[in-house]
Amino acid sequence: MQELITKEMVERTVTGLSERDIREGKVITTTWKPNLRYAWDNGPALGRYLAELKNGRIIGKRCRRCNRILLPPRMFCELCWRPTDEWVYVKDTGVVNTFVISYIDWKAGRIPKGQRPFTPAVIEIDGASPGMGILHLLDEVEPEKIYIGMRVKAVWKPPKERIGAITDIKYFKPY
Amino acid sequence: MALIERHQKTTDITYWEGEIPLNYIYTVGRAGERFFREIMENGRIIGARCENCKKTYVPPRIYCEDCFARLESSYVEVSTQGTVHTYTICYRAMDGSPHEKPSIIAMVKLDGADGGLVHFLGEVEPEEVQIGMRVEAVFKGKDEREGSIFDIKYFRPIK
Amino acid sequence: MGLRRVAIVGAGLTKFYRRAQETPKELAYEAAKMALESCEMRLEDIDCVVLGTAPDAFDGIHMNGEYLIDGAGGKRKPYMRHYVGGGTGVLSPIHGWFHVASGMFDTCLVVAEEKMSSCYPHPAGAFLTIFDHTTEQPLYPTLIWIFAIEMNRYMTRWGLSKRDIALVSVKNKKNALDHPSSQVAAEITVDDVLNSEVMAWPVNRLDVSPTSDGAAAIVLAAEHIARRVTEKPIWIDGVGWALDTSYWCTRDLYYPDYVEVAARMAYKMAGIREPDKEIHVAEPYDPFSYKELHHMEGLLLCKRGEAIKLLVDGVTQRDGNLPCCPSGGALGVGNPIAATGLMKIIEIFLQLREEAGKRQVPGKPTCGVAQAWGDLMQVGTVVVLRR
Repeated sequence: MQELITKEMVERTVTGLSERDIREGKVITTTWKPNLRYAWDNGPALGRYLAELKNGRIIGKRCRRCNRILLPPRMFCELCWRPTDEWVYVKDTGVVNTFVISYIDWKAGRIPKGQRPFTPAVIEIDGASPGMGILHLLDEVEPEKIYIGMRVKAVWKPPKERIGAITDIKYFKPY
Repeated sequence: MALIERHQKTTDITYWEGEIPLNYIYTVGRAGERFFREIMENGRIIGARCENCKKTYVPPRIYCEDCFARLESSYVEVSTQGTVHTYTICYRAMDGSPHEKPSIIAMVKLDGADGGLVHFLGEVEPEEVQIGMRVEAVFKGKDEREGSIFDIKYFRPIK
Repeated sequence: MGLRRVAIVGAGLTKFYRRAQETPKELAYEAAKMALESCEMRLEDIDCVVLGTAPDAFDGIHMNGEYLIDGAGGKRKPYMRHYVGGGTGVLSPIHGWFHVASGMFDTCLVVAEEKMSSCYPHPAGAFLTIFDHTTEQPLYPTLIWIFAIEMNRYMTRWGLSKRDIALVSVKNKKNALDHPSSQVAAEITVDDVLNSEVMAWPVNRLDVSPTSDGAAAIVLAAEHIARRVTEKPIWIDGVGWALDTSYWCTRDLYYPDYVEVAARMAYKMAGIREPDKEIHVAEPYDPFSYKELHHMEGLLLCKRGEAIKLLVDGVTQRDGNLPCCPSGGALGVGNPIAATGLMKIIEIFLQLREEAGKRQVPGKPTCGVAQAWGDLMQVGTVVVLRR
């Protein structure tokens, strides 16, 4: 049985280390904590989207050529490759397109025992085009009871706590 | 129809703040491990010699950049003395605040090597520094060394 | 088309580890050196170098491509870096291919490298920043969420069970026992997969490929040089690549359209009309177990929703009619993001030359396809190789 790349050749190439080797200083390392902070311009479309979220409303934008109502709103339609047209308010209810029950957080660490797992979902918003979804969290529902096709409604933060962010909606819950 | 809207007031410009919350621990690699251990344990500077190209690399590498030969069995000691190849004088720190005392950063070409190290110059006034000046490395005491480039405190003029 | 024929004539691979001591440059060197030695070429025989390495955020080195240049043999040569997330490894030979096919260069060294272990608190954290910073990042999503979201949609659309999908992990981790570079090869059962820790339902720990450090490299040559250098040049007969929008919530995730577009482009160039019959061995990208099935459908190797049938019937085993991931794939060998795709290309290269050792699929395959995926469920890169 012919082999161009053999185990012996490959074994010599890399030295494996364990997390302990690093922590106990068995190999020399240097550390760096980058101080990278950003202020991303919202642009006109996202700016309006966030401003409307502060008012407790969700707004999209229509492209007349493909007749889609785009969410989040965009200044140009990415399919027709042309500037979009009028602003359109959409509802704050929708349908679960797909979802997850997650026991890990963004750092790949496990959530504490007993804490409710995250249940993010892609929610198709009523009033926008079919299939037009946004990512958000689901809550006030047992994870095992969530299903694709479930109807949900946004739960908003009280007006004075809203700042113009996607988190002005706390989560969506079944209704 | 235009894609670009004009803002009349700067307060109309909205933005979203965020950060990239990551940090790093870098290994120094096979060649780097040898380089820093020699500095840390023996106060010596090591380079890598390519006999094909007649070049000595500092810091050492496991390969020759020009002919791709493996250099791991031809590490050599180079001198801790060298010549100032070029230098600059820094008056401000990275965040723009002024230094108490200006610092001198130099590229020191080490004797016996085709490369050198970038480091501080010490025990010398900025006005006295010249390209071509002979300098030598000043190491920290052995128990203070950690296997970092700062195990060399600075280079100073050879008296 | 007016383009020259290009062949792969040599290949090199490092071992894949969770955490390597070597610097990114040293990893790139080990793979590049092995690739050159495998076809007895020297660095001076190489006209140009292309390099793929995925997010700078993993290695923690800004402008990583420029940093890696000396280890990749690119010093003072025409050099380019390309990057499409996980799809990079199969974009690498494409990038090298058009350097040589255009007639501008006769030989090209293609290198792909990744060192994810430098990133803390965990390399997975670097994925936080590929989401939209304003509308998605504040929810602290992870890439595992998106995979789980896609897997859920795929399973629900076709009524698949986790039990069936787990067979992919079982097959690939077993295949990887015969791969020299493998990091997580093991003999496991479907129950092991189902009982492993639930990370984000429906994804269990054994459904996921690991984070890895590693590098891979291949040497490309124009026809007149390829025939001199080796008796078994493997021809790049078809290339295709396509990306979809980053508005991933507006797409129905049950089917990877972007992979189909790329596959059609590659098949057209290679003159393949019936991929399910003309392809003898395939390496679809498998960072997660269900992904192998998802991509098999995108590669038109079977009808939509039917990949599971091929898996369950044993068709995709090494001795089946259409072996998939005979290498062990990302699930078995490891997943250093940019290098994985190139590892798959190398596997097809070895299979077509009948030099894959114990992993060799029987039947003297002459046509194979390798595919990679990346970004926010976005990119499909496909290469068709022939003997």
